[in-house]
Amino acid sequence: MTTETVNESLDESHDDEHHDHKMTGIKRWLYTTNHKDIGTLYLWFSFIMFLTGGALAMVIRMELFQPGLQIVEPDFFNQLTTVHGLIMVFGAIMPAFTGFANWLIPMMIGAPDMALPRMNNWSFWILPFAFAILIGSFFMESGAPNFGWTFYAPLSTTYSNGSTAFFVFAVHIMGISSIMGAINIVVTIMNLRAPGMTYMKMPLFVWTFFITAYLLIAVMPVLAGVVTMVLTDTYFGTSFFDAAGGGDPVMFQHIFWFFGHPEVYIMILPAFGIVSTIIPAFSRKQLFGYTSMVYATASIAFLSFIVWAHHMFTTGMPLAGELFFMYATMLIAVPTGVKVFNWVATMWRGSMTFEVPMLFSIAFVILFTIGGFSGLMLALTPVDFQYHDTYFVVAHFHYVLVTGSLFSIYAGAYYWLPKWTGHMYNDSLAKWHFWCSLISVNLLFFPMHFLGLAGMPRRIPDYALQFADFNKWVSIGGFAFGLSQLIFLAVVIKCIKGGDKAPAKPWDGAEGLEWTVASPAPYHTFSTPPKID
Amino acid sequence: MDKGTETAPQKNQKNANTKVVKKLLLTVFAMFGFGFALVPLYDIFCDITGLNGKTNDVAAVYAADGIDTSRTIKVQFITRTAKGIPWEFEPVINEISVHPGEMKFVNFYVKNNSQRDIIGQAVPSVSPGIAAGYFQKIECFCFEQQPLKGGEDVEMGLQFYVDLDLPPEITTLTLSYTLYDITGKVDS
Repeated sequence: MTTETVNESLDESHDDEHHDHKMTGIKRWLYTTNHKDIGTLYLWFSFIMFLTGGALAMVIRMELFQPGLQIVEPDFFNQLTTVHGLIMVFGAIMPAFTGFANWLIPMMIGAPDMALPRMNNWSFWILPFAFAILIGSFFMESGAPNFGWTFYAPLSTTYSNGSTAFFVFAVHIMGISSIMGAINIVVTIMNLRAPGMTYMKMPLFVWTFFITAYLLIAVMPVLAGVVTMVLTDTYFGTSFFDAAGGGDPVMFQHIFWFFGHPEVYIMILPAFGIVSTIIPAFSRKQLFGYTSMVYATASIAFLSFIVWAHHMFTTGMPLAGELFFMYATMLIAVPTGVKVFNWVATMWRGSMTFEVPMLFSIAFVILFTIGGFSGLMLALTPVDFQYHDTYFVVAHFHYVLVTGSLFSIYAGAYYWLPKWTGHMYNDSLAKWHFWCSLISVNLLFFPMHFLGLAGMPRRIPDYALQFADFNKWVSIGGFAFGLSQLIFLAVVIKCIKGGDKAPAKPWDGAEGLEWTVASPAPYHTFSTPPKID
Repeated sequence: MDKGTETAPQKNQKNANTKVVKKLLLTVFAMFGFGFALVPLYDIFCDITGLNGKTNDVAAVYAADGIDTSRTIKVQFITRTAKGIPWEFEPVINEISVHPGEMKFVNFYVKNNSQRDIIGQAVPSVSPGIAAGYFQKIECFCFEQQPLKGGEDVEMGLQFYVDLDLPPEITTLTLSYTLYDITGKVDS
């Protein structure tokens, strides 16, 4: 580590880009262009948003604890489900991954920082404003958006409660932030790799973020376009989605899901990258099938553009369209299966140990696969007519987003916390977090499959009496899962404040350049590129 | 080195970054445009394939080569008024049998039940959607706007025929009209 200290002191005198770390207090965070600071900001922001969106979900589960209307009005219930979805997608999962990208990509490819540090600062700091607008709309006369996170026209246009403008501007800002973040990731990976770090030598983690960034650049502008059309339809008399003026409401769904389906892979591909980093480390083996993993990720990204209408089987598509989208969707199971089998093959005959990052990763592999299977069931056109808009869909996407994306984020957080804070986390508290989350999350989401198969519709504040018992258990699971996440907050705060000193490489099977620098990672790393062999 | 000056490698790095950023920004703008391009593309695609049940919106010319009396197609008419238009809107007959190639004329009754002058616009849709391309309207009130004074009523005509090459498995067509209030849109 002596070379690092030398680099550090060279920086002080020579580098005019990095004078900001002399600032203290709030200014350090407002003006920072340091990738580690910005990564930290993203991660904290996403965790705060996660708790906010979670709080909304708790109210939803309270309302659904028993049949009948208990504590909220149906219109407010719609606002809760809408804002819960928007916050979790755009405020919790996506910024968390951007946080990981900021913290780790430069260290993993041997770069001194992100390629565009000033834009990096901006792309983070506009995010709080977007969510201030979105959450602030709860306190407006109109109320918050109540048309579902998918904002189908005409719900968001003709029948809007007046919140459409707030919603649209918030989404625009989120989109601009994501696009800037994605551009930064692509430029960093293309231009700042250390000499000798060829594309196929990059950690798979970096590959998945690289591909995700391209997906973001391709589809976030389409989202910006469709919200703009919704805005002008609502307020400026255009008729993109209004049949009276020659538009077509079904077209809204086509454009939205052209964005929406790649979006769901934007939220899962980085998870693949995190898990592909952690499983080899605790199996003490190389990742099985690195090249096939890269190609599988790229194929999933490509296929995501040609499957969007599987969200719309019940809109009255012709048979040929239904068949095409059904087969194309089922094709995605092939590269995804390649990944799952590669993870299992990596663990096969490895010297496995079960530290908390590994526990979350193994849970990810199993539970994400369950979510994938229910996705395959939904892909089958004939049965989708039964499942469409039921709790089966809710169960499916919560398995892939909560036990998939979120569990991978936890796995990654525990894995790199020693590098970020310089301390080991409290292991027993972390294990409590894992086991409580694992049990409660399955109590929360597994019965939803059966509720959906039995016909309970989603997004409705009341339900038929026969669903009462299952909903009670689901709600109890929900409250337990919500509370379990506070354990994580405790672990992180404890870890920042103190704990066992972490060595540069706390996991003996870990590989990658980030473990060659001290823990906590110095403010500036790899000012001189490392040697890659 | 002094602050503010750049070494050659730093400058190269910056140029390389700018190049990639420019390309990516171009992609962003192109994709934003693509979102809007989907609107006409969707219409063209549906027009060619007849996927969304949209019928022709300009008058067709009768072009059938005779009448196929061996087939009889049931054509049903349904009407609906959109939210907020205080009109009565009904087909005079609910159902009619036609042979492919045979021309038919039917009427729809509409009455403005309010005291205001309102301009209405009827939007047609055919089910099954795949049959929309074979349903030819020679003359239709839906090609024009319908301005009705308060309390006024009128019968509106539709002249149509069904193409000879309508797929044989289709024996029933449903033509649905939704009537919208477009007064505000016409005024502005």
